Amino acid sequence: MISFQQVGKTYPDGTVAVAATDLTADSGRITVLVGPSGSGKTTLLRMVNRMIEPTSGSILIDGVDVRSKPAPELRRGIGYVIQNAGLFPHRTVLANVMTVPRLLGWSKEKARERAMELLLTVGLEADHAKRYPFQLSGGQQQRVGVARALAADPPVLLMDEPFSAVDPVVRKDLQTELLRIQSELEKTILFVTHDIDEAILLGDRVAVLNTGGTLEQFDTPSELLAHPKNEFVEGFLGVDRGVRRLSFFSSGAVPLRPEPVVAVDAPPQEVLARKGTQPWLLVVDAETKPLGWLPAQQVPADGDLSRVPAADLVSYGHAFTVEAESLRAALDSAVLSPSSRAVGVDADGRVVGVASVEELVPAIRAAQDGSSPENGR
Amino acid sequence: MNLFPHIPSYLGTYGSLIQQQLTMALLSVLFGLIAAVPLALLCVRYPKIYPAMVALLTVIYSLPSIALFVLLVPSTGLTQTTVIIPLAFYSLAALVPNIVDGVRGIPEDVRLAAVAMGYTGIRRLVAVDLPLAVPPIMAGLRVATVGNISMVSVGTVIGVGAFGALFTAAAQLSRSDLAVTGIVCIVALALVCDLLLVITQRLLTPWNKRRSR
Repeated sequence: MISFQQVGKTYPDGTVAVAATDLTADSGRITVLVGPSGSGKTTLLRMVNRMIEPTSGSILIDGVDVRSKPAPELRRGIGYVIQNAGLFPHRTVLANVMTVPRLLGWSKEKARERAMELLLTVGLEADHAKRYPFQLSGGQQQRVGVARALAADPPVLLMDEPFSAVDPVVRKDLQTELLRIQSELEKTILFVTHDIDEAILLGDRVAVLNTGGTLEQFDTPSELLAHPKNEFVEGFLGVDRGVRRLSFFSSGAVPLRPEPVVAVDAPPQEVLARKGTQPWLLVVDAETKPLGWLPAQQVPADGDLSRVPAADLVSYGHAFTVEAESLRAALDSAVLSPSSRAVGVDADGRVVGVASVEELVPAIRAAQDGSSPENGR
Repeated sequence: MNLFPHIPSYLGTYGSLIQQQLTMALLSVLFGLIAAVPLALLCVRYPKIYPAMVALLTVIYSLPSIALFVLLVPSTGLTQTTVIIPLAFYSLAALVPNIVDGVRGIPEDVRLAAVAMGYTGIRRLVAVDLPLAVPPIMAGLRVATVGNISMVSVGTVIGVGAFGALFTAAAQLSRSDLAVTGIVCIVALALVCDLLLVITQRLLTPWNKRRSR
């Protein structure tokens, strides 16, 4: 646990980087510091490993003041991941990861063994070990950066805008990987970002900071989206916070109807019967995987769906996986579909049923009115 | 014209001249480097002294070598040392700015990472700062080496000019072929040394993406 107690930083010229701040980052959790530039988030982070010294207050890690030991010794016990990875360009990937264990006096063999193990943990391969940083992509470099920070198995990890310099696709990968690694290692992570989406995605708790280093709100992402404390936080969250908050609720509560679903090889009389009651039919293949929507008026008069050209089926956009995916995914599925109906599938991609936008509303209402989300993330 | 004519025996042999030329040129670069590293690091540590240091080095660089040889003769005699000392100062002038730029040019995120990993001053210098400054340091070494190989010949005014002696002899004996030979030998030595330094740099910095030539 990292606790900031009335921590402040005022520069000699009177600029306040961080106003007296109280904050607690829980053990084994990801605490995100988010805010615009000049909000002191990086300053707060760097005060933990004393790369910046506060001018007031104190910081305790598991009850021990960070000033109780020499800074270099403190830093070797805290993982640090920096923007652009900051790898040592003159060392191989392996040697980069071995840095802190070697500084701590581990033997070469032990450090190497540990480093190889970590490369695999962060999703790299053994043959990356001998390469130099310039031979890796930005995303791979940042993976090495994470491995290097984890090398000596520190309980605390500081991450300073680690993913902001990579492209969105790679960023998404790295974020997913971080969550996976975190679910195994349960580090106490302090994560700085200016990207509220990243904060909402990664944070168990999110601290929203304002210019001049004032803490505006410190809450779980879901609470933040549901009840922003003031206009600044609300503005920072953006205009789609209601929809975004739906990502914290399971799609399990969505009422799915099987009636509009017909197999492409269904008996004609059954198809014709459905046509009478449903404005849209979802055509599925023999394995009940979705093929596309068919407006009732385009169903052939003889009810033989196999005669319908594939091009006449209207795309269903994307399906959502029932339970595993969120209400937001279900809503998105409905919004994207020309039939305004969401397609729910099971883990194997087989259609469970469909729900129109109107049918999603009660589930959405219940989520927004309910006190807490059903799943953590 | 024979490019490598017989040279009068009182001037020495090709072998002995090459040896003298290289000894004086390379030792002066070496001493220059040994002095340049701490001076440069001092300038990195205390940036305020750097402009004064640059000014001083410029003054040193502008001093005519002949004048320095003559001034040194009373204390160091007509020896190679008398040639090496001024040339070492010239090397210093070429190397200090390169080392300063090299160490200052280390990317900010790499420097931050080194601090955050828990490196202490000296260890960081040896493990991170200096290795990363190798390319600019090598660039300085190349300039200093090539320059000194040429400058050594001025030592002929005090009788220790290695291939420089061929130029004096050329004037005295009206044998311009000796001057041409001297020039060819000096340029060849300079090119070979430069090539060796380039190879050394490549071996030292397999990590360098932008391999400069």
